[in-house]
This record gives sequence, structure tokens and C-alpha cells, in this order.
Amino acid sequence: MSVLLSATCVVPAAGAVLTAALPAGSTEARRTTTKYVALGVSAVTLVLAAVVALRFDPHGARYQLTESYSWIRSFGITFSLGVDGIGAVLALLTAVLVPVVMLASWHDADPAPAAPGTGPDPDTFEGRRRTQGFFALILAVEAMVVVSFYALDVFVFYVFFEAMLIPMYFLIGGFGDRAGGPESARQRSYAAVKFLLYNLLGGLVMLAAVIGLYVIAQDQGFGTFDLPGLTSAIADGRLRLSGTAENVLFLGFFFAFAVKAPLWPLHTWLPNAMGEATAGTAVLITAVVDKVGTFAMLRFCLGLFPDASKTFAPAILVLSVIGILYGALLAVGQKDIKRLVAYASISHFGFIIMGVFALTSQGQSGATLYMVNHGLSTAAWMLVAGFLISRRGSRLIADYGGVQKTAPVLAGTFLIGSLATLSLPGLAPFVSEFLVLVGTFTRYPAIGIVATFGIVLAALYALLLYQRTMTGPVKEGVREMPDLRARELAVVAPLVALTILLGVYPKPLTDLVNPSVNATLSQVHETDPAPAHPVAATSGGEQK
Amino acid sequence: MNSLIPLLVAAPLAGAALLLLGGRALDRFGHWLATGLAALSFGFGLVLFSDLLGRDAEHRTVTTRLFSWVPVNGFQADVSFRLDQLSMTFVLLITGVGTLIHLYSVGYMAYDERRRRFFAYLNLFLAAMLLLVVADNYLLLYFGWEGVGLASYLLIGFWQHKPSAATAAKKAFIVNRVGDLGLSIAIMLMFAEFGSFAFGPVFGGASGASEGKLTAIGLMLLLAACGKSAQVPLQSWLGDAMEGPTPVSALIHAATMVTAGVYLIIRSSAIFDLAPDAQTAVVVVGAVTLLFGAVVGCAKDDIKKALAGSTMSQIGYMVMAAGLGPIGYAFAIMHLVTHGFFKAGLFLGAGSVMHGMNDEVDMRRYGGLRKYMPWTYRTFAVGYLAIIGVPPLSGFFSKDKIIEAAFAKGGTEGWILGLCALVGAAVTAFYMTRVMLLTFFGEKRWQPDAQGNAPHPHESPSTMTVPMVLLALGSACAGGIFAYHDAFLKWLEPVTGHSEGNPPFGSWTVSGLTTACMLAGVGVSYLMYGRSPVPVVPPVGSPLTRAARRDLLQDDFNHAVLVRPGSALTATLVFFDSRGLDGFVNGLAATIGGLSSRMRRVQNGFVRSYALSMFGGTLLLVASTLLVRSF
Repeated sequence: MSVLLSATCVVPAAGAVLTAALPAGSTEARRTTTKYVALGVSAVTLVLAAVVALRFDPHGARYQLTESYSWIRSFGITFSLGVDGIGAVLALLTAVLVPVVMLASWHDADPAPAAPGTGPDPDTFEGRRRTQGFFALILAVEAMVVVSFYALDVFVFYVFFEAMLIPMYFLIGGFGDRAGGPESARQRSYAAVKFLLYNLLGGLVMLAAVIGLYVIAQDQGFGTFDLPGLTSAIADGRLRLSGTAENVLFLGFFFAFAVKAPLWPLHTWLPNAMGEATAGTAVLITAVVDKVGTFAMLRFCLGLFPDASKTFAPAILVLSVIGILYGALLAVGQKDIKRLVAYASISHFGFIIMGVFALTSQGQSGATLYMVNHGLSTAAWMLVAGFLISRRGSRLIADYGGVQKTAPVLAGTFLIGSLATLSLPGLAPFVSEFLVLVGTFTRYPAIGIVATFGIVLAALYALLLYQRTMTGPVKEGVREMPDLRARELAVVAPLVALTILLGVYPKPLTDLVNPSVNATLSQVHETDPAPAHPVAATSGGEQK
Repeated sequence: MNSLIPLLVAAPLAGAALLLLGGRALDRFGHWLATGLAALSFGFGLVLFSDLLGRDAEHRTVTTRLFSWVPVNGFQADVSFRLDQLSMTFVLLITGVGTLIHLYSVGYMAYDERRRRFFAYLNLFLAAMLLLVVADNYLLLYFGWEGVGLASYLLIGFWQHKPSAATAAKKAFIVNRVGDLGLSIAIMLMFAEFGSFAFGPVFGGASGASEGKLTAIGLMLLLAACGKSAQVPLQSWLGDAMEGPTPVSALIHAATMVTAGVYLIIRSSAIFDLAPDAQTAVVVVGAVTLLFGAVVGCAKDDIKKALAGSTMSQIGYMVMAAGLGPIGYAFAIMHLVTHGFFKAGLFLGAGSVMHGMNDEVDMRRYGGLRKYMPWTYRTFAVGYLAIIGVPPLSGFFSKDKIIEAAFAKGGTEGWILGLCALVGAAVTAFYMTRVMLLTFFGEKRWQPDAQGNAPHPHESPSTMTVPMVLLALGSACAGGIFAYHDAFLKWLEPVTGHSEGNPPFGSWTVSGLTTACMLAGVGVSYLMYGRSPVPVVPPVGSPLTRAARRDLLQDDFNHAVLVRPGSALTATLVFFDSRGLDGFVNGLAATIGGLSSRMRRVQNGFVRSYALSMFGGTLLLVASTLLVRSF
């Protein structure tokens, strides 16, 4: 039995403990040590996650590199891990983003600059353990997210799905953006509580559904939380759920994932959380943690409740389309840069959920790629926005103008982030967005067409933001703005490079993802709608 | 030979990448590097052209596949290229005229501190446009299509510190995105219908599809074409796009961008030929735009905006011809190429005038410039004579053929279109004569500006005049060469097909009518602007003139119909999101928060409220277990 998957989970977890236990960071040197330790751990995790993705054989078994350890035997709970193409790719995304986020947040958890007489008290947490806490929490989130992507036991998944709320809560509530103004502490704790309550509510509903599923399965002799076992029993009819039970359980699972994703109208926690948290934490929320929600829709909702998935798909698609347009319109109307990015993400999550529930291979492969591409592109966009905000000390769009004149590289990378967000061909998000749209269109043409309007609105919010902040005459407060520093360039460069690479050559990802998508679709007993007048696809005319 | 096709695109793309990433080191020679790479691409084009000429007419389609771009079950998008007579024509136009514009920009942008970046964007523009015309499937075409949109965004907004430039750039991109919406939906329709969006399968399968589906695809492609080619109703970006440096206007109007819509329609002829309703829509859009642009062109005092109106109108001719079907396809392209020469020449001439006039664009402040800028004057004059269709210059042959084709459509429709085209020819002659007279003839009307700097009009350097002379040569001769023994028609016929239609009268009659209309337009214009001094302050003018100065109220219309309701909707939703949806949830949170704060009084810390929630959860859980058991 390979221990590769558990190593990928244990390394960041152990790293979190280690980072937290390092000597308190009352001096600059100690803080720096802490940061390098955390960064090193995340780099090792990245290597492990990459090895997992490389070792995964797309033509092999559905779940590979499986491991299983007994945990709570009386309830049939085993700590079992395994990976399919989708999980491998998303864990890899997480492992790529965490070091990038750390590097971007390098100084976000330093003690607040000492204003006269209000310096941090060296005896408080604020003064001493802040840096350790911040980086340890990031690693803890990483560990929990990776377990969620690898978990093959419904209960194990649930535990980590819920547990990651705790470090996220502290990251949001404890380490705000310094640009928030006098009200910021209050707003931050409001945002953190709102985040927790929403997600906790979702999680509790899911817990009920998890128990419900177990009870029904146990009645029929499947006293287990083992996902592959349950799905195959459901698929071949050995385990039967009554229609109502399946629908109720589906909704229980789906509700939790839809809160986390977030799907309209359960989205209102996201703008607060992303607005008040540091830019790095905002990226963790939208690019990493929220992806567990959409991933779980694919794996758990479709796998465990195929019929209910089909029953509810049209309604979910309608909600997703509303989310696409609603999020985009709200983004157009924002005055705060980070909230704008948050609403844009809500629009993007609409696309992802639409792709999942269109129940076509283009839609689902597109949705999976979308999770990766949205992670990369939003990270680039949000982190550069964070660099901008840290320079001026304001999140308000109206406080900026003419940045391209004083900080051209910052403006240029921000433009690339904006273009990725509006899904310009050549950049990765285009591939996934178009796949989602096509995949939806072939089954539900009307919904596909309405969703396509999102591409116009995306251009509007992304370019309006760019115009208002970066172009025009140089505003007061922007005049002395320094351009990107080496550390900041090191944050942006890999994101931009990956966004371009995966826009031009996404094949390595699609090769990993396609077989897993096919397996998911066959669980739901769906096939792609056939073309009306299929033409034998010769690749591009005759060679002469 | 096939391997040269990717290099066509790769050369300018490499230039763009090098110049953007290369940093200051490339400042000294970057512009020559970019120009050289554009010329290299033109060289590849010539080699490929001679290769195609060496084959028989039926075997001039060359395809090559590089790699699989987006492979998902059933959905196969390749990076594969197709070079045939149609794309070859575009390749030569894009790279040829494009190289001249690069060369001109070396002089024009000599004193701009961001010149390196400008040339990077020019190279990017060429690369995207070339990708658009050599793509072998619609998704790759879409890649180039939006790449063109990006390059135009960067170039129109090149002087980003000017708010007007930044606004114009954004407007161009967003209006074009509306068109892109059409292209997206067209590709989805194709995929749902044929299971493919590669040219071969789609064109081969078109005859098997229902007319309704083909009409839908055709209309969506038309929407796309309206965006890129600035056709009504998506024309509003073109005038504002003059905010970019003048060589950009030449590039957008002659070699790239606006010609893309015409290319798309003619490339998709297999679909349009089977969808007569979509064709009718194309013809109507073309005819309306032809007149719209011409009317706007008459009223503008800004030399670049007058030329922009003219572009809109001339592209209208091409779109109309493309909508006529096999009667018009080849002539649409022929006019596109000749227009490429004279419109590039005219814009470069306008840039040269501005260069010598402290960037003044108001023609009412020009006058008598022929004495100061002899080469600009001569080359501009050739372009002018070509565009109004004086025989035997280029525009005469190509426009005449389109008017003939419009009449040949037959029936009432043919008469209406033919008359529109004739009226358009007269108006074109009118406004172009006006531009010519206001700029180069009459008394000098320029004055010192607010800082007291009087312009000292002078001829431009040779890097600018040489391209102008070459384009003037093209404007003069291309039409005659193309029309000689129908050479151009025969070259394109294997791709576009051709039919004669049923003209109500012979081609000499059409030529006579066209020439008469042209002379009438010149005459009226001379009476109005050539015989009496031109006031520097524009007269109030008729309501039509005033509307035309405001681009026939296009922006007012868009503002009232789209922008204002859109902002209202956004504002409402922002309110709703924070009060409606969130208010409900906040109420819920306040209740729970109230409970937990009571708990907090007992013991401090948030973990307690977590515990409380856990407790609530357990209750929920027990309840649900009971519930589920009873199913």
C-alpha cells in the first residue's frame, strides 16, 4: 500500500503544528524563520501533489493510490484515501496556490506597524504569535482541503469539510486587510461570523443527510461510509433508496456544497469574507476552499444520488444562470475592489455548477478545468489587487487612477488577470468556460444562450475596474506608487505562466480529467446528446 | 511548404512577446525588429503564394495540423490551419499593408517614450489577424477573433493617460464582445448540429441540416461580423476608436479588424448559401451601414472621423456584396483588398497631416496644405480618386462590380440595393471631395493654439512618405490588375463560387451611372466647399447635419436603451443584495448571535457558540434520523 496520499495530507498538517510551535516571533529574524519553514513545507506538499498527479494513470482504475486505515469500526468508518483525475488535479491546484499565497502574504501577519504609543503589546497574541498563527493556519487549511479531495469515505470527507471552517474562521477574523478603515475590526468579525454561520448551517444539514444515508444503507446490509462501495451498490441496484429519501438526502448534501461553492442565493457571505480578509486569505477562500464544494457536487451528489441529481438538475441550472448574471451585474456595481472580485467569483461559480449539472462530458470536464483555471486566474487578479491596495491603503476603486503610469508592471499583470477573468481566448479560463457553455447548450439550449450573456458582462466589470484604477490621469496617492517588487513578481509570474500555458495547451489536464468525468457520467446513466446531423469528423479538411 | 503556415503567425507573435518581455534593452531597435518580423511574415506569405500559384486551381487548399488544443469526448478542437485562395488573399493584404504601417510608425511614433510597447501591440495585432484567417476551425478562428479585439483594445487605448482613449478602448472591446456572443452561440449551434465546428465537416454537412438551424447560425455569424466590422447596430465603437495613434486607425480600417467580419461571412458561404433569410439580413445590414457611414462621413470636421465614417460605409458595400451570395463574394473581397490600399493610404496621409500640424484634427483649421506637404498631398489625392471610383483607379473597378452585382440580384430587391449603392457612391464622392478641399485647397486657416504655438506644416520623414507612396501605387493599379481578364474572380472562384445573376442592364450602363453619380457628388461638394471660403466655426446646420455630427444619435440611443436601464438594474440589485437577501440572513444571524452572546456572558469565546450550533445540529440529526427511518 502506497502512502503517497497520506504523506501529501500529513506533511502540511505536521507543518502546521511545527510552524505553530516555533519560537514566538517577537523579532524580525524569528518571523522570517517561521515564514521559510511554512513555505518549505508547502513546497514539499507541492512536490508530493505533483507526484500524485503524475503517478495517476488516466487509463487505469477509477480510484488509484488507495489507502485504508480502520477508524471507527462500529460505524464502518475507515480512513480511506484514493484519487481520481479530478481529485488529483484539484489537490495539485491547492498545492500550487498555497506557496503562492504565502509568498503574497509575506508581511500580512507582521505585527501592525507601531503607530506612536499603539504598538503591539509583545505579551499578547497579537504581538507574539501572530506570524506563526497565520502561516500555521494556512497549512492547516491546506491539509484539510487535500484530505477532502482524496477522501474516499463519506464520513471522513464530512469531518474535514467541516473542520476547515475553523482555521478559515480565524484567518478571516484575525488577520484583516489593513485598508479597511476605522470600522474594520467590527466588519471583519461580522464577516468571519457570517462565514462560519452560513457554512456551519450547510454542514449540519449535510451531517444529517450523511447519517440518514448511513441508516438507510445499514438497513439494507451496507453498514459503511465507503464511497466506492456505496456508489457501486447504488449503481447496480443492490442498495435502493426510495425516491423521496434520495431527493431529501441529495438536497442535504447539495445544500452544504451550494453554501460553500457558493450558489445564488446562498452567496452573501462571500463578498464580506473576501472583502475583509487579506488578499491571500481571500484567494484561499475562493480558489481553494470553495472548490471543495463544487468538487463534492461532482463526486458525492452525482455518485450517491444519480436519480435525484437528474431530477434537480434543471432547477440547479436555473439557479446557476441567475448566479452568473447576478454576480456579474453586482460586480459592475461595486465600489470596493475586493468585493468586485468576490462578485465576479460568484458569477464564475455559477458557470462551474452549471457545468457539473448539465450532465454532459463537455460540461463536466469544463467544470473541472474551470475550478483549476478560476483558481489560477482569480489568484493572479486578487493578489495583484492586494499589492495595489497595500500600496495605497484603500480598497475603494475611486481612490485609484493612472496607476499604469507609475507602476506599469503592476498594471500590466493586473490587466492579464482581468483578461483571464473575462475568459479571453489564449488564457486558460476561456477553454473551460467555452466547454461549460457548449456542454450546457447541447442539452439545454436556452440556458446555454442566457449564460453566454455572462461573457459580455464579464468584459464590462473587468475592464471598467481596469479603466477606473489603472488609466486616466494619475491621482493623488498614486503618484509615488512603487512598481511590483521581486517577491511580488515571483507571486504573479507562475500564475500568469500557467494561465497562458493551460490556455494554449490544456491537454495534460483534460487527459487526466476526461476518464474520471466519463465514469461520473456513467454513474448517472447519462450520455452526451448526439448531434442532429453528425458529420464524420475528419480533422480539418483534406490534406493535399 | 505547409510548415510555413504556422510561421506566418509565429513571426509577429514572437515579436510581440520579445518586445513585451525584453525590457529596455530593446528600446533602441525594437521597432525595427517588429517591422522586420512583419516583413518576414509577408515574405512567408509570398513564398506560400507562389507555391499556390504553382498548383492547379482545384488543388490550392493546404491544411496542416499542429496539435490537439481542447480534446474532450466528442469535442475536438485542433490547432490546425487552412490556407486557400481566400485566406491567402487576406494573408498578403494583412502582412503587406501591415508591414508598410509598421514602417510608417517608425517615423510617426519616433518621439513616443512607449514606442517599443506600441510595436509589440502592432505585432500582436498582425499575429491575431493572421490566426483568424488561417484557422481551420471556428474555435481557433475565435481565438484570433478575440485576439484582434485585445490588440485593438491595447492600441486604441495606447495613450491610457487620456480618459477619452481609455473609454474608447473599453467601448470597442465591449461592443465587440456583443458580437463575440454571436460567434460563441454560432459555434455552439454548429457543435449541437454537426458534432464539429471544423470547416470541412461543417461546410460538408451544411446541406444535411435544416434551414432553420442554418438561418440561426447565419444570423449569429452576422452578429459577430457586425461587431468586428462596425456594421449597424454595433457600429458605435469605430468613431471613438480614432483615439488611438493614427497608424492604428490605418491598421484597423485597412488591413485588420474591420475586414474580419467580411471574411467570416464569406468563409461561411456554405452556410449562408443555404439560408436565404440570413443572407437577406446580411444584405440589409450592409445597405443600411453603407448609407449610415456615408451620411456620418459628410458631417464630421475631424479628418479621422470623416475617414472612419467612410470606412463604415465602404465595409457596408462589402457586407452587402457578401450577402448577395455567389454573385457578390469575389467582388466583396476585391473591394476589400483595394479598399485596404486606399484607406491605409488615406489614414497614413491624415496622420502625416496631423504630424505636420501639431496633432490638429479639425479640417476647418487646415486649408491649402498641398503647398506644404507635396508628397502627402499627391498620395492622398491618389487615394481620394481611388475611393470615389475615378476610372481607371482601383476603387472604380471594385465598387462598380459591387453595384453591378446588386442590380444583378434581380427583382425589386436588386433595384433597391442597386439604388442604395449608387446613392452611396454619390455621397462618398461628396464627403471625400469635402475632405480633400478642406485639407489641401483653399486658404490656410490654422491659428496659434492656446500656448501661442503656430503650426509649421512640413512634409513628413521618408519612413512615413515611402509607405504612403507604395500604398498610392496599390490604390492606383490594383483594381485594374485584378479586373484584367477577371483575374481576381478566377483566383477566388474555386473557394467562393460565382454566378452572374440577371442584371437588368449591361455593365457599361452601370459604369456610366456610377460615374455620373460620382461626378454629381464631386460637383455639389465643390460648389459648397471649393468656391467660397470655409468658416472655421462650423455653421449650425440642418437637423440632419446635427444628428450626423453626433453619429446619427447612436450613442444617445445606446445610452437610453442600454446604459441607463443597465445602471438602474445594477443599482437595484446592489441594494437588493445587501438589504433583501442579506437582510433576511442577518435577521437570522442576529437571533443566533443574540443567543450566543448570552452564552458568552457565561463563558467567553466563540467556541461556545460553535458548541451551541453543534447542539442544535445534534437535535437536527436525531430528528432527521427518525424522519428518514420512516420512509
